[in-house]
Amino acid sequence: MGKAFKRPESLSENHTHYCPGCTHGVIHRLVAEVIDELGIRGRTVGIAPVGCAVLAYNYFTFDFQEAAHGRAPAMATGIKRVRPDLMVFTYQGDGDLASIGMGEIIHAANRGEKFTTIFVNNAVYGMTGGQMAPTTMPGQRTTTTPFGRDAESIGMPVKMAELLAALETPGYIARQTVIRPKYIVRAKKAIKKAFTYQMENRCFSLVELISTCPTNWGLTPAEAVNWAEDTLLSYYKLGEYKTPPE
Amino acid sequence: MGKVLMKGNEAIGEAAIRAGCLNYFAYPITPQSEVAEYLSRRMPEVGGMFLQGESEVAVAYMLFGASACGERVFTTSSSPGISLMSEGISYVAGAQCPVVFVNIIRGGPGLGGILPSQGDYFQATKGGGHGDYRLLVMAPASVQETVEMVMMAFPLAEKYRNPVMILGDGLIGQMMEPVEFPDHLRTEPTNKDDWATNGMDTRKDNKQNLVKSLYLDPTQLNDHNLLLKAKYERMKQEDVRYEPYNTDTDYKVLIISYGTMSRVCRTAIDNLKAEGLEVGMIRPQTLFPFPEKAIHDAAIKESCKAVISIEMSMGQMVEDVERCVQGKRPVEWYGKCGGDVPTPEEIMDVVRNWKLET
Repeated sequence: MGKAFKRPESLSENHTHYCPGCTHGVIHRLVAEVIDELGIRGRTVGIAPVGCAVLAYNYFTFDFQEAAHGRAPAMATGIKRVRPDLMVFTYQGDGDLASIGMGEIIHAANRGEKFTTIFVNNAVYGMTGGQMAPTTMPGQRTTTTPFGRDAESIGMPVKMAELLAALETPGYIARQTVIRPKYIVRAKKAIKKAFTYQMENRCFSLVELISTCPTNWGLTPAEAVNWAEDTLLSYYKLGEYKTPPE
Repeated sequence: MGKVLMKGNEAIGEAAIRAGCLNYFAYPITPQSEVAEYLSRRMPEVGGMFLQGESEVAVAYMLFGASACGERVFTTSSSPGISLMSEGISYVAGAQCPVVFVNIIRGGPGLGGILPSQGDYFQATKGGGHGDYRLLVMAPASVQETVEMVMMAFPLAEKYRNPVMILGDGLIGQMMEPVEFPDHLRTEPTNKDDWATNGMDTRKDNKQNLVKSLYLDPTQLNDHNLLLKAKYERMKQEDVRYEPYNTDTDYKVLIISYGTMSRVCRTAIDNLKAEGLEVGMIRPQTLFPFPEKAIHDAAIKESCKAVISIEMSMGQMVEDVERCVQGKRPVEWYGKCGGDVPTPEEIMDVVRNWKLET
């Protein structure tokens, strides 16, 4: 009998720089497993964002490009338009995708670009040190909302999956989470679906993953999971928001 | 193929195709939107790729992503559009990708105007975006030269793994002239397997390729900048281009002028010659690398009393001319902005005034 559990070939042996209780590591592994299972490692190009995952290329074992803040969907567009045979995904956080990169993601989705986006939403800027994100919850304290996010002056958190699902262009848009083991199978299934649609040259695909950031939330990893489950999951509902027509 | 009459902007699009570049991303902006209109029809005919992006910001990164996987790509834009692309140009230069940018300059600053200008000299030659980087910048003076420079830009960009910019003014884009597309300037892209993210399966080594500009370690970032600097120094050694005019005479005044402006200067120089006043000209064809030695040597010729930089800007290139002349001759500037191109008569007056004073 062979090994029942092993490191995916797409994942490197490097130790990650992510904080304890951060979900990037789990998400990296799920992406790597899916790429292995689909047998596409040798023709995959990942695009790293600006944010905590900027060094993602140290943890994957295939080709990678590094984007400017928010611009990964434009780079992915560039690749897919000149090399449609390559499998391309962007890996982006909420500041990157929903704030500075809002224009790029909406237009890429609306053109129906045939790449996949892994959107990690932890309701805060990580790398820059815990500032407010477009997805920060009302009342949530961050280093730039010391009294809590005031929806009266800043507006409500952006629901990217719902927003992108409203576009007329066909696409695959889902929101899942990896904060507890019980959610992980569904998260991986969505990621695999997203890549499969790309392989079939069907449509743009995006999986939003509700995540934790204990460091910048000022919570322990265990408290962070509870807060995410109580607060984030009641606002950011899990599920498939859009699937391409059969 | 013989000569055909073409508008500058359309010739730019055709030249890129003839050079072997079949990928074009762009966003419309006057006075160069004809390039996108032309290529939206022409690219499908030659099996090429045309995409209109949602903004110049996005277009710069489409070029970056496509170039980073080893494909030839280019765009065309005009001044405000290049400002928006400048963030991406910095990343492209930092990550060493061979993208070709064409800037058909319009008047600025801000929205400025839509008529010809050379107001983006600083932006093109001194940076524009953040950080220590340079573009190889070529400035054509005719539609034919534009064609040749566009065709040369792709192998040059690949030689240095650096973005190349063609800097033309609105007249270059809008005027019609007879052109031919030299077959010898058609080139094959160089092999990029050692750096491009073109999929590991396609490469012999089967190792990860990274295209990036982040170096958190200060020693590594310094080393990276030294590597970039070495390329810019090599450009100065190997790819300076300029054209002297009437410099085999005992000229009293030396004009430095580029692009469309230099053609007006030529007429002025011919007219002054007929009057008995010799005026020489150095026309930089590359603005970076700048023809430093040629300008210095021409300026210190014994007969030469003064150097005048004539530009459609409020005095940008003149700073480089001063640097080259090193205080050995007086350096003056004459120019206009806003699209009102100085006439030969105006330039003749400027030169004559110099003769009277000295």
